[in-house]
Amino acid sequence: MPVEIDIAHVARLARLALSEEELSTYRSQLGVILEHAAKVQSVPTEGLEPTAHPLGLLNGFREDLVRPSLDRDEVLAAAPDSADGYFVVPPALEG
Amino acid sequence: MTDWEPVVGIEVHVELKTASKMFCGCAVSFGEDPNTNICPVCLGLPGALPVANAAALESIVRIGLALHCQIAPQSVFHRKNYFYADLPKNFQVSQFDSPVAINGWLDINLDGTSNRVGIERAHMEEDTGKSLHQGGGGRIHSATSTRLDFNRSGVPLVEIVSRPDLRSAAEARAYAQDLRALIAELDVSDARMEEGSIRFDANVSVRPVGAGELGTKVEIKNMNSFRSLERAVASEIERQIALLEGGSRVIQETRHWDEEAGSTRSMRTKEGSSDYRYFTEPDLLPLVFAADTVDRLHSDLPELPADRRSRFEGMGVAAGTARVLAMTDPELRRIFTEAVAAGSDPMTTAIWVTGELTAVLRKTPSSKVAGVGLAGLLAMVKEGKLSSSAAKEVLTEMVASGDEASVVAERLDLLLVSDTNAIEAAVTEVLAAQPHAVARYRSGEEKVIGFLVGLVMRSTGGKADPKLVNETLRRQLVG
Ligand SMILES: [Zn+2]
Repeated sequence: MPVEIDIAHVARLARLALSEEELSTYRSQLGVILEHAAKVQSVPTEGLEPTAHPLGLLNGFREDLVRPSLDRDEVLAAAPDSADGYFVVPPALEG
Repeated sequence: MTDWEPVVGIEVHVELKTASKMFCGCAVSFGEDPNTNICPVCLGLPGALPVANAAALESIVRIGLALHCQIAPQSVFHRKNYFYADLPKNFQVSQFDSPVAINGWLDINLDGTSNRVGIERAHMEEDTGKSLHQGGGGRIHSATSTRLDFNRSGVPLVEIVSRPDLRSAAEARAYAQDLRALIAELDVSDARMEEGSIRFDANVSVRPVGAGELGTKVEIKNMNSFRSLERAVASEIERQIALLEGGSRVIQETRHWDEEAGSTRSMRTKEGSSDYRYFTEPDLLPLVFAADTVDRLHSDLPELPADRRSRFEGMGVAAGTARVLAMTDPELRRIFTEAVAAGSDPMTTAIWVTGELTAVLRKTPSSKVAGVGLAGLLAMVKEGKLSSSAAKEVLTEMVASGDEASVVAERLDLLLVSDTNAIEAAVTEVLAAQPHAVARYRSGEEKVIGFLVGLVMRSTGGKADPKLVNETLRRQLVG
């Protein structure tokens, strides 16, 4: 059961610049995955409770307590660029 | 000519004031040095595992209950995927189709008319970091680089979505103000618009009056005061009506409010870019709130502004004043309640508390005024011992000194002469000196009475009770 897929759209959502050749490769690879998903979706699930998580556990909250944060200098040292305690990145554009 | 009906819905983001962040133990703290409250979780480092903050979840349940929502028996976190430099994981943990709270309402009040606004949902999510655009005058499109501070990243955020039940810019503002008052009452957020701890976005569309279908909606952002929210909605309504009347159509988009220009401006986002590909957050467990916990949180809710407003109205306070009083400082409300308990008329007291007393305390913060003191002052006005304008002077001095109204009035020599003998004598004297005016009054020229009242007031140094003077004059003129 072949599944239609707009691979260029998917690539753009993931901010991947792909060549025509790569698009074609990924289109067929992703297609196989989606076909598998379609197969799973065709399993009759009537009368079954939907599951949000495979563990079967619930909540798992923590108390509202402050714990020490990381040392800023150490964190910023691992960043490609920083200044005055900030991370510095190339200018962001919308879209 | 078509008559147009605006349709407005509001989305509100509320930053909770928990001690720690939503999914990690970093402190929630504002105005600190950049990147001092960060850890692997809120920096989105690979392998870091989030754990949900119980206090934040309790807060959203309280918000949901205060908005008369149903609390979902089970609720799930989702990943909302998009790319932005201040979102280190490239997704925001949010909720998609199973929010914590659904189907509620908030009663708002505008110019004395009550209106029930539907609440579609309230869901839990996390805030992003902050970007500072360098160069290009801070403008995003001409910036040369972007600085990032992740102190705000992961701060618990509650999003409250209203139904499109608002019909004007003024109603949108009233809803925002009333919702802010409710959040402040619950004490779950600083709820400061200027600091961004409560943020309002509006969805605006227009349709011909009577039309069943909604028009194309535009989302407007970037309003940082109630006034700018009202202006932005009004301006967007006008823009859309002008487009439709000019034969064009409204394009579904997000627009930024430009405070200086007084208009909204398109953000020119690419079509289809808001495809968030929500999926269940595998690192967080489903939320289930025990019924007894929800019941306890419900019964522990404080009196909410809308309920308080109704209570004041029930006491005889006019709707507009009741609204202001219901949302005012608790200390002022305490004074109101005490004064009424001491025998003051609720409406008169409400006017004084929301008007003169609010103004005086804003100028001179003080804790020296008790409700009983205010009741004493208002009784003196009612009994004709003080004029309203003198009472304002007395109130200012009461706030400063903490003395009783009668003591202050005497000290400032503001007591009205209500000695009937003295007033009778002053009236007799004035009438004897004004035979012409007396004749005009007796021939039916009613308004001469004002002139005569003025003369008596002057002869008593302005301290006679004007009401008593008026009565005495009329009686002597007839006699
Ligand atoms: Zn953290």
